[in-house]
Amino acid sequence: MSGGERIERTIGILGAGKLGTVLARLATAAGYRVLIAGSGAVDRIALIVEVMAPDAIATTAEGVVAEADVVILAAPLGKVRSLPLDALSGAGAIVVDATNYWWPVDGILPDFEQAELSSSEIVRNLMPGARLVKTFNHMGYHELDTEARPAGHPDRKALAIASDDPTALMIVAEVVDAMGFDTIDAGALAEGVRFEPGTSAFGATASRVALLTMLEAGDSPAVARGRMSR
Amino acid sequence: MELGIYTFGDLKAHPLTGERESTHARLLRLIELAKTADRAGLDVIALGEHHRKDYVISAPEVVLGSMAAVTTRIRLSTSVTVLSTQDPVRVYQQFATIDQISGGRAEIMAGRGAFVESFPLFGYHLDDYEELFDEKIRLLLELRDNEVVTWQGRLRPSLDGALISPRAFQDRLPVWIGVGGTPQSAVRAGALGTPMFMSFFQGPDSGRRLVDLYHRAAASAGHDPGSLKTASGGHLYISRKSQTARDEYYPYYSDYFTQLPQFARGMPREVFEQWVDSGLIVGSPQEVIDKILRHREILGVDRYVGQIEVGSLPGELVNASLELFAEEVAPVLRRETAVTPNPT
Repeated sequence: MSGGERIERTIGILGAGKLGTVLARLATAAGYRVLIAGSGAVDRIALIVEVMAPDAIATTAEGVVAEADVVILAAPLGKVRSLPLDALSGAGAIVVDATNYWWPVDGILPDFEQAELSSSEIVRNLMPGARLVKTFNHMGYHELDTEARPAGHPDRKALAIASDDPTALMIVAEVVDAMGFDTIDAGALAEGVRFEPGTSAFGATASRVALLTMLEAGDSPAVARGRMSR
Repeated sequence: MELGIYTFGDLKAHPLTGERESTHARLLRLIELAKTADRAGLDVIALGEHHRKDYVISAPEVVLGSMAAVTTRIRLSTSVTVLSTQDPVRVYQQFATIDQISGGRAEIMAGRGAFVESFPLFGYHLDDYEELFDEKIRLLLELRDNEVVTWQGRLRPSLDGALISPRAFQDRLPVWIGVGGTPQSAVRAGALGTPMFMSFFQGPDSGRRLVDLYHRAAASAGHDPGSLKTASGGHLYISRKSQTARDEYYPYYSDYFTQLPQFARGMPREVFEQWVDSGLIVGSPQEVIDKILRHREILGVDRYVGQIEVGSLPGELVNASLELFAEEVAPVLRRETAVTPNPT
């Protein structure tokens, strides 16, 4: 969407549900080669991909990991353990964590109950060799679908992005830009807590300036989780 | 097109006074709602199953049974029955009973629900989330179609020539599948040849692909897509004037959404305005007519049901909105949609 010269990249998406199919559509619209996998066999998602993201290629999770330059996790957090974690870790893959921990929907996942850590740090610990980048998680799939705009568009919205790997962060920021959103570098992966469920930034469909203000509000999910009644 | 309402039986404390209606009064008010909707000539009322303190209905079958006895024409359905954590045999028996009491007005809308409290409550594992629904919906359809059932699955003990009694009053108790936007759910509904319901917070545009997927899956499973019904729904609020509708509804709507992580502090007014502008069905009767017609145009739905109650929205406002829906919106929609877009 941003136009101009772009390095040819293959984007892989793990998850062919609500979020995964929207991201596949955005990535193909941006001109990337897109591989997408659900849980299990290819024929289970073939029709879904044909209708929901016709320019993407349906494959297996292993196929995605083997070929993609950037792998986006778009599966429910409870399913992360069933992904090819060793392959992602071993390949040193650039992995975009678009998941969230929200217990009323995910159920209580003991792994993710450590309120002081960003859920993306916990995901990273499941694949220590991967170069993890957190983004796409704080905007709803419906908004991602309808709010993508070319660079410089006055109504363009922004996504926060965080990683411990500056090069991986830069590469993913370029992909996000091509898919229709500005990015705000929130810093290290631990800073991901500033755009997780319960923060002002979570759920925000906001311009760069407005999102910056929210990120600076400084609230963390540890506070927010405490506020929610269980 | 058919028109109706649904509710979860919200029992939320008032955002300002903190007062919460008693469970007793709330349930009686639900039964009154069904009587009003029935008298007003609406086609369907549906109840959602939840297992949370902010909703009074965990046993919609019981409430529908009461409604069956005090209504005469309106169809009695769910929105949804969380089939994943129920026994399909019991579900069928209960709805067959409601169907007998009501003289053939019961329906089931099966779904997976938006919450997961029912899993630990009834001893199910979230790891089986997908498989539970898939296995149980297939069994429910078997039970619906056969009085004596032999069945084997993985998550429930098998049935060997089991007699399923009583039978429904209708020849085939309608079983719908409620879909929240997950593509695989639309594929499942199509492959099983069940009617499909979709709900939207904003406009219906994102449903266009789901309906396409549903029809494609139905066709490849040998069902005639033209014979399959679809329905849509979402929050509904009507007031005499456009601005009044927004002003009256907003505080309660914002408060309702504090249960979602993205709106833990309430829904900002600008987000609400944006939702209304992009299709949330809140407005004057004419605006609501136009928005529901958009569902019809984009999705080809045969039925629209509006979620008439939300959070602590007071009963007077619910009743006024319902009255406008039944008296000013429904007659126009019935007239405008008298010719079906998908003749069968």
